[in-house]
Amino acid sequence: MASKTKDVLFDPLFKKNPIGKLVLGICSALAVTTNLRTTITMCAAVIFVTACSSAAVSMIRNYIPSAIRIIVQMTIIASFVIVVDQFLQAYAYQTSKALSVFVGLIITNCIVMGRAEGYAMSHSPWISFLDGIGNGLGYSVILLFVGTLRELFGAGSLFGYSILNKTTDGGWYPANGLMLLPPSAFFLIAIFIWAVRTWDPSQNEEA
Amino acid sequence: MQRNSIAFTLLIAAGLCVVCSALVSTAAVGLKGQQARNKELDRKSNILRAAGLLGPNEQADGKKIDDLFAQIETKIVDLETGEYVTDVDPAEFDQREAAARLAKLGERETSVAIPPSEDVAGLKRREKLSAVYLLQQDGKLKTLIMPVYTKGLWSTMYGFFALKGDLRTVQGLGFYQHGETPGLGGEVDNPNWKEQWEGKLAYDDEGDIALRVIKGTVNPNSPDAEYQIDGLSGATITSRGVSNLIDYWLGPDGFGPYLARLKADGEVYGK
Repeated sequence: MASKTKDVLFDPLFKKNPIGKLVLGICSALAVTTNLRTTITMCAAVIFVTACSSAAVSMIRNYIPSAIRIIVQMTIIASFVIVVDQFLQAYAYQTSKALSVFVGLIITNCIVMGRAEGYAMSHSPWISFLDGIGNGLGYSVILLFVGTLRELFGAGSLFGYSILNKTTDGGWYPANGLMLLPPSAFFLIAIFIWAVRTWDPSQNEEA
Repeated sequence: MQRNSIAFTLLIAAGLCVVCSALVSTAAVGLKGQQARNKELDRKSNILRAAGLLGPNEQADGKKIDDLFAQIETKIVDLETGEYVTDVDPAEFDQREAAARLAKLGERETSVAIPPSEDVAGLKRREKLSAVYLLQQDGKLKTLIMPVYTKGLWSTMYGFFALKGDLRTVQGLGFYQHGETPGLGGEVDNPNWKEQWEGKLAYDDEGDIALRVIKGTVNPNSPDAEYQIDGLSGATITSRGVSNLIDYWLGPDGFGPYLARLKADGEVYGK
């Protein structure tokens, strides 16, 4: 059991990463990764929502009529997302302003829905909760990787603190504007997937 | 009862809705006070930044913002006549709302269509009433802060424009909301760019609006340098939007009548 728990929690980091292996949830990975502060908030929000909604779906999985199971999952996910959004607006106003609609769009994040339908519907609440955390962490690994590179090379800073002195501020580093635009996240995610699949070739799909 | 029967499906759906709505409304109601306070502080700190009372990157807690803001007097102006309006409570007045909707506020409509010939900033409608923020010192106006907005490339940019007490010298310009391209038009937020606004002149010697965002860098030896702001490189349309903002909001359809009245009434001390 102990090793199974560990697998559920840590497999999604690299072995079965929801973005890297399944290529889910990349829409928000493009939008919120221009700087690390919003990235981390987004990660925390997704971990919370995936874990709680998976646990909640799992708790009532034996009562959910199959005809309406998707809409039931959506309702539960949407409720948690709204709660998270309200908390951010109350306690992290600036970050919540920067994230704008993307907190609300966690509802449509395929990872959350995917775990609820694919895992929580057939497993017990505690293990579903861990699976939610694990997949949230897997999502976070990629977001942090992308966010760190984008902020560092696009804005010359990390967490808003200047690391590379930009030419626009009289320094030496000409900021790479491309890094701040959505396409750069595609390149970075692709590089990440390439690296992971080189390290673990079993993740490659049959050609 | 069968798990897939219609009655059970309806029961589960109804039960779930009740539980979820209870959860959502508890969070929304319980956190409402804190959220309203955040919005208020955000607005105040933007006004303070435009007035130069708070540094561009300076963070302040709620108490400090309230203390600083206590020096500032809020008044509501009728943009058409330039007179103060006394029957509207500044604390209750929501300007963005007033501009966006064709609603009634007391006896008057809140917004009006801008005649196309005047609409240099591409706004189409404007509010009839606007809040203005006055910082007085020794009974004289020291800084006048006006809420302004304009169309950039992608978005409407909302900000505050501040003039010094002579109503000719610029104190500052800052945007608190826009969706311009990061690194290009988004550089309107760059503190170094914003810094050069202070001390520029909005009007020339004849009293015409002269302040411009130019293409390229201002030549400090040019006779017009005091009316010019460096353009944002790679952001022609955003830069033009900022020029339009000055033209429109200082012009006859914006704060023009109000500024003219302030000058005529001598509420201003000369330079």
